[in-house]
Amino acid sequence: MSEIRVSSQSLMRKPAKGPRDPYAVLRWTLLAMGAIVMVMPIVYMLSASIKYPFEMYDLNIIPTEPTFENYTYVLSDGRFLRWFGNSLLIATLTTISAVFFDALVGYALCKFTFRGRTFVFIAILSTLMIPTEMLVIPWYLMSKSLGWLDSYWGIMFPGVMTAFGTFLMKQFFETVPDDFLEAARIDGLNEFQIWWSVALPLVAPALSALAIFVFLGNWTAFLWPLIVTNSQELYTLPVGLTTFSVEQAVEWELIMTGAALATIPTLIVFLIFQRYIIRGVAMAGLKG
Amino acid sequence: MATVTLHNLVKAYGKAEVLHGINLEVADGEFVVFVGPSGCGKSTTLRIIAGLEDVTSGEVQIGGRTVNHLEPKDRDIAMVFQNYAIYPHMSVRKNIGFGLRTSSLSKPEREQRIEEVAAILSMTEYLDRKPAQLSGGQRQRVAIGRAMVRDPAVFLFDEPLSNLDAQLRSQMRLEIKKLHQRVGTTIIFVTHDQVEAMTMADRIVIMKDGHIQQIGTPAEVFHQPANIFVAQFIGAPSMNLMPGRAVAGGLEVGGTMIARETGRTGAMTVGIRPDDLCVTQDKGCFSGRITLLEPLGSETLVYVDIDGQEVVAHADGRNPPALGAVVQLTVDPANLHLFGADGEAIT
Repeated sequence: MSEIRVSSQSLMRKPAKGPRDPYAVLRWTLLAMGAIVMVMPIVYMLSASIKYPFEMYDLNIIPTEPTFENYTYVLSDGRFLRWFGNSLLIATLTTISAVFFDALVGYALCKFTFRGRTFVFIAILSTLMIPTEMLVIPWYLMSKSLGWLDSYWGIMFPGVMTAFGTFLMKQFFETVPDDFLEAARIDGLNEFQIWWSVALPLVAPALSALAIFVFLGNWTAFLWPLIVTNSQELYTLPVGLTTFSVEQAVEWELIMTGAALATIPTLIVFLIFQRYIIRGVAMAGLKG
Repeated sequence: MATVTLHNLVKAYGKAEVLHGINLEVADGEFVVFVGPSGCGKSTTLRIIAGLEDVTSGEVQIGGRTVNHLEPKDRDIAMVFQNYAIYPHMSVRKNIGFGLRTSSLSKPEREQRIEEVAAILSMTEYLDRKPAQLSGGQRQRVAIGRAMVRDPAVFLFDEPLSNLDAQLRSQMRLEIKKLHQRVGTTIIFVTHDQVEAMTMADRIVIMKDGHIQQIGTPAEVFHQPANIFVAQFIGAPSMNLMPGRAVAGGLEVGGTMIARETGRTGAMTVGIRPDDLCVTQDKGCFSGRITLLEPLGSETLVYVDIDGQEVVAHADGRNPPALGAVVQLTVDPANLHLFGADGEAIT
């Protein structure tokens, strides 16, 4: 029999370090560059909002004379609060409407069999492929003929139901087992009650994610509110902020202050619902 | 409680007919089990009774009332699903009480009913928990509780135990059986597990390819199978089938002449339950070499090669024969099952 000899040195030797991942540095560098590219505009926006006009075109992040006068000015200007309120109202109502109708239509397309179901689904999906810039022309003509120009409803109506939301909700309802719905049917609920009491709570993460997508989309919407509104009282925040840019001068410090304030609701919404967003996006199989 | 009658029930999806004229009478308070392999139509039949599937032709009666065109909620039935279908966002209390939402009971009456059902199912202490905080067996009880709370005329169970582990399954089998003895409601229970069918049913309905193969008590379908399919489907291990020939004065099978009156002559299939085929020290009917042993504790299943045909027999659990040994097998000729060329039993 052969003898196995083990020296105490060999047992005590520390495990040799493996070679460093040659791509780790590259990966981290790329990630850092990406982070800087994404974060810098926000940092610059915040920095500009506490600068005086004379310093606006300097690229320094920390102002030489920081000031909160811009915030005082913007917040004391009644127009800003009005636009803020308009945006909040329009984004909230549109979100409620879109979530309700997208979930309703998505459920019907998923759980009911009827003639023309596939055609309806494809027709809804096909609207996803048309850019907003092309849709604003028929929207405008429609608004004009129906007397919706320069009204809240005129701003909101294109968003009261969304093709993306319908598609998203349909995909989520696919994951709800029919047994739940059939059990409720046997228990005596009508189809609306089944949708409301049983199906919707089971797709709550998707609803939250959709609500956030729709809210953010409407909060930041610029092109359509700009086209459909004439009165300053009806402006949304992104449209209103452009009034700080006049022919003689662009008041960047005020625009940046308004923009900084405008991010607050979206940050709050995101912080509250971020786990739902991540879960919803992951479940939807979409890239964030 | 109510009777359930299926009269010439046919179900087709497009041109594909999946039920070919099902006729069945379920008595008031009876526990009937539909059993059969996947795709035999047992769940479809149950769903038709529940009103979750439309019937292509035929008639469904519950309590003597034709219910073909009634909505599920109007049929006075309750159903327990395979995956429980208890709502994850509701507490046990809300799940059990869900079926009472549309009832005319007052809130205190509903609460009392929920408490009663929870007590019967030993779930009182879990009433405020969510389903995620319950074990599989407890979830199954909640599903049963939701069905019970409405005090329906008929309970429908669609493979409710198939997601449970073996131990829990046998425990829940007993609980459902006890529940039936206690409440006495008519139960129709679907399963693909013949042990569940045998242990729970008053009567078993064995189905294959959309046809009923046999309806009978567990003892009847085990001891007097109507055909080869039933003979092989019921009983574990399956019945041994051997080619045989009836001649004047006996039956030739496995190279042996067995004294058994068959009532006819010619080729037939001979079925022997493994329980009826015993290893013996004496001269037996058959002789063969052991190819495999399966010790089960109280007995040992012995796989024996008889002239190229493998059969399963049983031997004593304490002193089993050795693998590879040549053994004698004996069977009581009265326990032979005979089947004609069409697969139907010869009586």
